[in-house]
Amino acid sequence: MSNDIFQILPEILLAGFALAGLLFGAYFGKDAIARPLLWLTAALMVVLAVVVGASSDTTVEAFNGMFVNDSFARFSKVALLLAAAAVLVMSENYMKTRGLLRFEYPVLVALSVVGMMMMVSAGDLMALYMGLELQSLALYVVASLRRDSVKSTEAGLKYFVLGALSSGMLLYGASLVYGYAGTTLFSGVITTAQAGQTSLGMLFGIVFVIAGLAFKVSAVPFHMWAPDVYEGAPTPVTAFFATAPKMAAMALFARVLHDAFGNAVGDWSQIIALLSLLSMFLGSIAAIGQTNIKRLMAYSSIAHMGYALMGLAAGNAFGVQAMLVYMAIYVTMNVGVFAFILLMEKDGQPVVEISALNMYSKNHPGRAAALMVLMFSLAGVPPFLGFFGKLYVLRAAYEGGLAWLAIAGVIASVIGAFYYLRIIFYMYFGSDQAEALDQNRSAVLSGFLIASAVIMVVGIVNMFGVEAAAALAAQTLVQ
Amino acid sequence: MSVFAFYLFAICVIAGGLFTVVSRNPVHSVLWLILSFLSAAGLFVLLGAEFIAMLLIIVYVGAVAVLFLFVVMMLDVDFAELKAEMARYLPLALLIGLVILMQFVMAFGVWEFNAGAEALRAQVPADGVTNTAALGLILYDDYFLLFQLAGLILLVAMIGAIVLTLRHRTDVKRQDVIAQMMRDPAKAMELKDVKPGQGL
Repeated sequence: MSNDIFQILPEILLAGFALAGLLFGAYFGKDAIARPLLWLTAALMVVLAVVVGASSDTTVEAFNGMFVNDSFARFSKVALLLAAAAVLVMSENYMKTRGLLRFEYPVLVALSVVGMMMMVSAGDLMALYMGLELQSLALYVVASLRRDSVKSTEAGLKYFVLGALSSGMLLYGASLVYGYAGTTLFSGVITTAQAGQTSLGMLFGIVFVIAGLAFKVSAVPFHMWAPDVYEGAPTPVTAFFATAPKMAAMALFARVLHDAFGNAVGDWSQIIALLSLLSMFLGSIAAIGQTNIKRLMAYSSIAHMGYALMGLAAGNAFGVQAMLVYMAIYVTMNVGVFAFILLMEKDGQPVVEISALNMYSKNHPGRAAALMVLMFSLAGVPPFLGFFGKLYVLRAAYEGGLAWLAIAGVIASVIGAFYYLRIIFYMYFGSDQAEALDQNRSAVLSGFLIASAVIMVVGIVNMFGVEAAAALAAQTLVQ
Repeated sequence: MSVFAFYLFAICVIAGGLFTVVSRNPVHSVLWLILSFLSAAGLFVLLGAEFIAMLLIIVYVGAVAVLFLFVVMMLDVDFAELKAEMARYLPLALLIGLVILMQFVMAFGVWEFNAGAEALRAQVPADGVTNTAALGLILYDDYFLLFQLAGLILLVAMIGAIVLTLRHRTDVKRQDVIAQMMRDPAKAMELKDVKPGQGL
C-alpha cells in the first residue's frame, strides 16, 4: 500500500494542494488570494513536472493494476503539467482585468489536471472513466466561468451536454468490453482481445469506447462542440482546452488502444484511420471560412488531432512515438498562438476578428515575426518544427501500411496551409484601413509568444530530447 | 411462487416504462417511473442482490424520481407542444431505432465470451459473507483509489455549482456576532427625561 501511495504521490500532492487552496480561499478568502494561488499552482505544476520527468525509468503498477506508472505516463504527465502551468500563468492578466480571477479558477484547473494525470496512468476501464470525468467536470465549469455572458454560458452548457452524451457512449462501450472480457483491467482485457478472435460484442464495445474518446479529442464526426466552446469560453480557458486536455485525451487514446486492445490492432486501426482522414479534411476546409481567430483555432485543432490520430492508426510503437512528438509540438505551438490571441486587444477589449490583424507588422514587427513563425509551423512548412511533426506521423502512417492516409494527409495540409498563410498575408500585406491594436505590454504573454516561436526554430536541431523520450515512452506502451 | 413474483415484477417494469413514455400528464409519467424503479428493485431482491435493491429504492425512488417530480411540477413546460414537435420526427426516429435494434440483434445473437474471459471473472464472495459486507470490502480495498476519485469528482461538482450560481450581494446587512455581543444598553440607548408639555 505504501508503495502504491508513493507511485501516485504527484497526483496526491496536486489534489491536496487544490483542497488546501480551496479551504484557504473559502475561509480567508475572497478573491484577493486568487493571484498568489494561481502562481503557486503553476509553480507546483512545474515542480511536479520536473519531479515526474526525473523519476526513475521503471514500469510500476499500483492499486491492483489500476494505476500504471511507466515512461509513457510520465512523458504525457510532464507535457500536460507544463502546458497547464503555462496557460495558467498566461491567463492571469486577462482574467484579472475582466473580474474573472476567482480563487476557484486555479483550484479547478489543478483538479482537472489531477484528472488528466489519472487518465494517462489509467490501467483499468473504471480508472479511465474516473479520470476523464474529473477532468471534464472541472472543464465544464471553467468554460462557463464568465457567467454573465450568454456565449460563455452556452459554451459551458453545450460542452456539458455533449460531454455527458460522450461519457454515456464510453461507458456503454466499457460495459460491453467488461461483459465480453470478464474484467475491466487493461492487463486482463488484452489477454482476451486477440486479433481475429474478438467477438462481435467486444468489437461493439471497442467502437463505442473509441467514439467516446474521439469526442474528447474532438475528432470528426464528434467535433461539433469544439468551435462553439472555443469561441464562447474566456480566451485563457480556450487556450487551456487546446493544450493540456488534448494531450491527456490523446495519450489516453493510445493507452486504451495499445494496453487493452493491443492484440487486436487490425480491428481498430481502420476506425482510427477514418477518424483521422475526416478530421484532417474537415478541419482544413471548414477553417477557411472563419473570421474569428478562436473558431479558426478550433478547426485548426480538429485538423491537428487528425494528424495525431494518423500516428495512432499506424498501430505500432513508431506510430505512438510519432503521435507523442506531434502532440508535444502541437501543444507548444498552441501555447504561443494563444499567448498572441490574448495580446490582441483594442481599447482594453479583446479582439478576435482576423481582419484586425491588417498591417500588424507595421506596429509590432517582433510579434508579427513570431506569429509568422508559429503559423508556418502550424501549416507544416519546413524548416520549422511543425513540419517535422507532420513528417513523423506521415512516416509512421506510411510504414504502418497506410500510404493512402499519408497521401491524404499531405493534401489536407496543403489545403490547411491556406488559412494559416492568410493570417500572415493580413499581417504583412493587408489593407491599411484597419485601426491599430493596443500596444499591449504584457511581458508574460510576449515572453511565451517569443519563446514558443524560438522553440519552433531552434528545436529542429535535436527537439530538446523529446524524440528520445517519446521513443522510450512508446516502447514501454507497445510491446 | 418466485416465478410468479418474477413475472409480476417484470410486467410492472415494462408497463411502468411504457406508460412513462406515453402518458399525457408528466406527473403521471414520473409516478409510472417510480413504479418501474420499485419493480426493478423487486427483481433484484429475487436475484439475491438485496443491497442493490435497497440502493435503487433509496437513490432512484427517494432522490432522483422525487427530484424529477419537483422539476416537472415547478417548471412550466408545455409537454403537449414538445410532444407535437417530437411527432414530426417520429418516422425518422423509428427508422433509426429499427436499424440500431437490428444491429444489436445481430450482435447479441452470436453472444460468446472472448477466449479466456471466464477465468478473469471476479470471485464470488464466500458463503456467510453478506452482499453489503462483500461490496464494502471491494469498495474500500480493491477499488480504494476509484472511491477517493469519485469523492474528488463530487467535490468538483459542488465547487462548480457554487462558482456558477453564488452571487455575493453587497447591499445586504450581514449578521456580525461579535458586534452584537459587544453591545450594551448604556451605549445602545439614551434615556431622556421629557418634561410634561415641553417635548424634546
